[in-house]
Amino acid sequence: MEGMTVIVKTIASWVKILIFVFGIYIILFGHLTPGGGFAGGVILASSYVLLMLAFGRKFVEQNLPLSLASKLDCIGAFLFALIAVLGLVYGGVFFVNFLYQKYLPGQPLELISAGTIPLSNIAIGLKVGASLFLVIFALSVCCKDLRYKDAKAESASNSSANKKE
Amino acid sequence: MTEFYILMVFMIIAAIIAVETKNLLSSVICVGAIGFGGSLMFLFLRAPDIAITQIVVEVLGLILLIRATISRDLTFITGDREFFGTVISVVVVFVIFLAGVRVFETLPEFGTPIFAQTPGAASQTYIEKGLEETGAANLVASVILDFRAYDTLGEATVLFTSIIGATVILLYKSRKRLEESD
Repeated sequence: MEGMTVIVKTIASWVKILIFVFGIYIILFGHLTPGGGFAGGVILASSYVLLMLAFGRKFVEQNLPLSLASKLDCIGAFLFALIAVLGLVYGGVFFVNFLYQKYLPGQPLELISAGTIPLSNIAIGLKVGASLFLVIFALSVCCKDLRYKDAKAESASNSSANKKE
Repeated sequence: MTEFYILMVFMIIAAIIAVETKNLLSSVICVGAIGFGGSLMFLFLRAPDIAITQIVVEVLGLILLIRATISRDLTFITGDREFFGTVISVVVVFVIFLAGVRVFETLPEFGTPIFAQTPGAASQTYIEKGLEETGAANLVASVILDFRAYDTLGEATVLFTSIIGATVILLYKSRKRLEESD
């Protein structure tokens, strides 16, 4: 099964970028409006899930290889830990908001404000999006193989039944 | 308050249908209805952060479940259930129901958080000083990424570890199976 019909493919190719941009908006404005790293990351992953459903698994694998996804996952986790350790180095306390307190106060309600909170949001968004994409990809591979195995066993039993008849 | 009761009755009915129906796809759809009811409830309780997360995770989970269940007929457990098991489960559900009734009796009235009455509580401090200490307009973000960032670090670690493990096991198994089938 390689993707769905032409209608679904066309709509998906229009909608995918909207979903992706919405996910980026939710992540970047997480410190101002409802949302944040986790929700935005899941939206990013769901745009790729839409592609996977509409165009098939191989198309997505060409666009976003598994190795790249796992690298993004690790980079996100590393960035989040790095922000925490930078707080220890520059602020004296683990996870302290050193950017806001010392270097970049910023005005509230502006995009560049709140110090390390947007950076942490970006890191968490990267991590959650890549890891959810990874696990859904793995599950779809597993499901497809299971189905393949089931179909094979079914056809084998059918053929044996036919032979008996 | 009425919308909560309407939503609650809707979710309970959906849960009963999800358990009792014979069709796997309609059962999955009922599970999705429960999740969307929960997200609507969060919206009415003025918690849009959680509502967004709930609805997004619900959509992803629903897609996964439908993808896994569609075009596959699973065998159902048929036949009479055991008498002893039924009695045990009814008793357990009744005890949990009684405990829930007692808990709801001791809850404070709706809209009056219990921490607001005690002076010097942590949540009051977050609400009063959240903006000036972190500069984030969204208080939820300032709590989960500044005041309580350790929680988020633990959550991220749990997610990272579990997903790495699941991915490794699933991909390894399917690769092995593909090699066998070849």
